Amino acid sequence: MSPARSSATRYWIGFAVVLAALIVAPLVLPEFWRRFVTEILIWGLLAMSSDILIGYTGMVSFGHSAFFGMGMYGAAAALLSIRPPNLWLAIVYGLLGAAVVAVFVAYFSTRLRDIYFSITTLVFSQIFYVIIFTWTEVTGGENGLSFRQPPFSIPGIVSAAFTPVTLHWFVLGVVTVSYLLLRRITQSPFGMVLQSIRENEPRTRAIGYPVERYKIVAVLLSGLFAGLAGVLYAVQNRFAAPDFVFFIVSGEVVIFNVMGGMGTLVGPILGAGFFFMLRELFSRYFTQYYLIPVGIIFVLIVVFLPQGMLGFLRRRLNQ
Amino acid sequence: MAGIPFEQFLVQTVNGLVSGMILALVASGLTLIFGIMDVVNFAHGDLLMLGAFVGSGVFMSSGNFWAALLAAVVVVAVLGALLQVTTLRPLLGRDPLTTILATFGISLVLQNYALWQWGPSARNITEPIGGQFRLLYLQYPVYRIAIALLSGAIIGGLWLFMKYGKYGIWIRATTQDRVMASAMGIPVPTVHAAVFAIGAGMAAASGVLFAPLVGVTQTIGLDFTLRAFVVVVVGGMGNLGGSILASIFVSLLEAYASLFVSPAQAVIVSFVVLVLTLLFRPTGLFVPTPK
Repeated sequence: MSPARSSATRYWIGFAVVLAALIVAPLVLPEFWRRFVTEILIWGLLAMSSDILIGYTGMVSFGHSAFFGMGMYGAAAALLSIRPPNLWLAIVYGLLGAAVVAVFVAYFSTRLRDIYFSITTLVFSQIFYVIIFTWTEVTGGENGLSFRQPPFSIPGIVSAAFTPVTLHWFVLGVVTVSYLLLRRITQSPFGMVLQSIRENEPRTRAIGYPVERYKIVAVLLSGLFAGLAGVLYAVQNRFAAPDFVFFIVSGEVVIFNVMGGMGTLVGPILGAGFFFMLRELFSRYFTQYYLIPVGIIFVLIVVFLPQGMLGFLRRRLNQ
Repeated sequence: MAGIPFEQFLVQTVNGLVSGMILALVASGLTLIFGIMDVVNFAHGDLLMLGAFVGSGVFMSSGNFWAALLAAVVVVAVLGALLQVTTLRPLLGRDPLTTILATFGISLVLQNYALWQWGPSARNITEPIGGQFRLLYLQYPVYRIAIALLSGAIIGGLWLFMKYGKYGIWIRATTQDRVMASAMGIPVPTVHAAVFAIGAGMAAASGVLFAPLVGVTQTIGLDFTLRAFVVVVVGGMGNLGGSILASIFVSLLEAYASLFVSPAQAVIVSFVVLVLTLLFRPTGLFVPTPK
């Protein structure tokens, strides 16, 4: 077996083992940790979506909360206005909402690079936050919107209310498919162009690639997956709230990426898991001030482990 | 403009100018740090908030506003220098984006520390200059005008220092060419720490000056951070004059907008200005056209 072949086999074996563990997880874990794992999967999907920009295209987005929030509110719109509530329509609405916002943000923000891009995405997410927060008649303002959980349905075959376990499996299914899609995209010629933009934008342009168009598509793609995560979160928690559009959420997404390792897709999920584990650990001692130690750890990682935990592990394993 | 009396329009102009000067003070610290070190200081609003809290602490024990102002500036400037040395200096020469990440982490820590140390309830600082004067149909507090003048004085002092002071010239030399400045014997790392300290001190000053108007909470800086970022981009990143003009311009627009919509929604005006700027003049409104 050639070395390339064996590394691919190793990858798929690892993938199968992790997937199997995540399938079994809700059956063996107690209530609290089951919910914990489901949430990490959802936040992991959001982190992965932003990895397309941060890790692969070299654009740090500080506005992912807007896409995530639009996914939530899109799902809420579908679940509140259409009877009976339909899961698939919630996803379609959520994705549409996220796509509209993503196109808008992408059109303006991709005109700028580096830090300017980050600031613009941040400001845009705040625009949407202010709109959602103040437009009480439609969005419920500060209180947000709450709704009933839609049942899982395939027309003509099944229609069953979610239990925590089946919800976990559903989320796991969506996240796994998204991961495989994103992996395929990042390894495709399109993904290669994105990576070449990260490495050297002027040269990519000189070769003849329309860099702006690639960037817009990248932001749109990233926004769609972030919106999908928003829909999942809305379905799991049965509400949409303006807090999730606030830029602190975008910041947390960046933290997941940095902690786990940018440009690896798996890393951000790991980072999300690590972040929430830290939060659990430190909230025992610091209660709601857990962000003090977590923030310090984050700064230490930025300074000392720029590749994140996955990059660090990989280097250690290769030694 | 139907239905809005001319007097109200004038009052909003004064309001806009006053809040524009405070915003300019915040933004010029941000611009200074960015222009000289390529560091986007995400924690700028938190340094402002910290300054306001330190100021309120000193004010409560001493009762003297000016002592509070001075103490806040010194404490936060020293803290800024410490932060620069410990977290930003190791990042020098790396991707500037890492500085956003590092300062974002600092911002989280500072914000939660403030909440932990001082709690969620607001603290008050009484304004040092009482009294009101008659502005058309209403009584206008003198202190608001004093803030605008003080902010202008601090910014003017910074400008004079940068233009004529020995250390100001060091700072400008470092901006132009880090390596060359170092070769000429300028202690570049110290200059960087000093610039961060100056920027942090300016943030603290604006925090204390602004505190009598709204009360001190740990979210006092949040609003400023975003508006300061908008202003810094609109004015042209790293351009001191541009960001001051942009502060006044954006604040005036917001003041006029609040004649028609609620103040919370008036914030959107500044975002719209940002979008239009990005669309038609991405290098900034108040800078010469780049060749």
